[in-house]
Amino acid sequence: MSEQATYRPGELEAEAQAADNRNRWILALPAVVIITLAAAGPLLVMVVYSFLTPGDYGNVVWKFSLEGWMNTLVQRDIFDDTLIWADAHLSIFWRSFSLSLITTVLTLIFGVPTAWFIATRPPGKREFWLFLITVPFWTNLLVRTIAIQELLRSEGVINLILLKLGIIDAPIQMMFTNFAIGFGMTYVYLPLMVLPVYAAVDKLDFRLVEAAHDLYAGRWTAFRRVILPLIKPGIIAGSILVFIPSLGAYVTPRVLGGGKNLMFGNLIELQFGQGRNWPLGAALSLMLMAAVMIALMWYVRVTSREQSDG
Amino acid sequence: MRHVLAAASALALMAGGAYAKELNIYNWGNYTNPKLIEKFEAETGIKVTITDYDSNDTALAKVKAGGHGFDVVVPTHTYVPIWISEGLLAETRPDQMENFKNMDAKWVDVDWDPGRHYTVPWQWGTTGVVVNTKYYSGDINTSAIFLDPPEELRGKINVVPEMGDVMVMAIMYAGGEPCTDDKEVLKKVHETLLNAKQHWLGMDYGNLEKFAKEDLWAGVNWNGSTFRMRLQNEAIAYGYPKEGYPLWMDSVAVLKDAKNMDEAKAFQNFVMAPENAALISEFARYANGIAGSEAFMPEDMKTAPEIVIPEELKSAGKFNGTCAPETQALYTRIWTDLQK
Repeated sequence: MSEQATYRPGELEAEAQAADNRNRWILALPAVVIITLAAAGPLLVMVVYSFLTPGDYGNVVWKFSLEGWMNTLVQRDIFDDTLIWADAHLSIFWRSFSLSLITTVLTLIFGVPTAWFIATRPPGKREFWLFLITVPFWTNLLVRTIAIQELLRSEGVINLILLKLGIIDAPIQMMFTNFAIGFGMTYVYLPLMVLPVYAAVDKLDFRLVEAAHDLYAGRWTAFRRVILPLIKPGIIAGSILVFIPSLGAYVTPRVLGGGKNLMFGNLIELQFGQGRNWPLGAALSLMLMAAVMIALMWYVRVTSREQSDG
Repeated sequence: MRHVLAAASALALMAGGAYAKELNIYNWGNYTNPKLIEKFEAETGIKVTITDYDSNDTALAKVKAGGHGFDVVVPTHTYVPIWISEGLLAETRPDQMENFKNMDAKWVDVDWDPGRHYTVPWQWGTTGVVVNTKYYSGDINTSAIFLDPPEELRGKINVVPEMGDVMVMAIMYAGGEPCTDDKEVLKKVHETLLNAKQHWLGMDYGNLEKFAKEDLWAGVNWNGSTFRMRLQNEAIAYGYPKEGYPLWMDSVAVLKDAKNMDEAKAFQNFVMAPENAALISEFARYANGIAGSEAFMPEDMKTAPEIVIPEELKSAGKFNGTCAPETQALYTRIWTDLQK
């Protein structure tokens, strides 16, 4: 009997598989190291800082304290020292949260038809439309936001046109309103919704839609029962891509909304700057992260359950 | 062969760069006259690099973190004692420098740096109110412009989100002293601010062009910035609130861990020369602390109502000290409450 006969079937393959795995790990190592250092490192620093005492002029003192975490939710009243809910933090959080929700819904309403339009063009034309979608990314966010001001201001393009046409007699106050914030946020984040939805629609097998029609599904039923479940991964990805950065956005709300009301991002910035309370800032940012994670887990669960039900 | 030559010459260039004299300045954005730097480079052969910051706290946090590579920083007077007590500044003794004789006597024995052992004046100014007189013709020398706004200006007011300045103005309007921790006064301040806010349109920086184009009609602003607004729109005027308004000064200091200590000291001495101080003011439109610099300034600086404080309102201007950390924490709470 020869030596080879002692190998059991599949052993060679298993070994090759193991070597392949090893190689993959080695190849992935630099990326893993960078991600660990760049993401987990600062996060750990934040966790540690949130349990320390604020220094007199910024920074932290190495003395354990739960004050930072406590102050995210309850605080001593400024004037009579009783313990009260930190309603300022909660209402600022709610402002950021609802703005992100509205932005996500608006980008969905405008983004899905846009993506559908692009995906249904002839193959050669699609690149052109996609190219147009990515044009805004070439310019800095602040520059684009300031350009929107030119449209919305009292003597801006929109007001001047409406005045010239005699539709209004006095300029409408659009700058520094919630409308301006919603307008700006939708514009800024729209591409992040269009691109993933486009990728999903692009892969859609239109024969399935035809099949639905053959089985007497109306337009609405075909959309709801066939198209929507198939492009849902794109919609989920787009919603996540829009929702998370909007939660931390503060350039657009500040420039277009006038900065009269803080966003959660500004509140955190305040603690690390003029407020000189780093532990509170660290605790607030971790709280924001936790909120994002819970919201995402809930969203993914609800949407994937619907998918399996459908 | 060509590659070797290229590499060699690149090395030679780098070596040359390392030996040339350098200076790294960390200053507020849009605040340094390029002509001033050109003149300094031409006279001394020192290569200057400028990096911007947008707030005292940003600068303080970055330098405290270390590894910044800066030599010179320009903090506001309220922050100078912090920089000194944190051990970040070098005691360069500007009072023994050649050009010290030019410093206006009233800026020598200042609370934040008695006798000038650390810092040299860069610019000083006031925080007051700005009003477009086309829309309001009443008295503008009052904080009521933004704290109890006249009917005509409501809904067109912007307040710069500078906690220190706005709190001081509101406290003095309520009859208190800067840095007070008197709960009665602060309660009044809290109420006044919250009531006033409904009449404000925005709380933002960088409004030069919004005032010039009349999107905004009134607000809290700095004198030099208002000067620049008026140059674009003649109806804009600057008011000095009679209830009290903050004075401030930004000063040139050298960092203890500066790599280019001699060059940094040379710069401190350089900005005390009247013709150089005039260049600083010509650009940012604030006064400096150097006697005799007026002679080198543009004509419109000498009589500008934003620079020349009316005699009867001079006493209302106050340099606020560095508030105690607990007081600062109270102010942050009121400030957060205002913007919730």
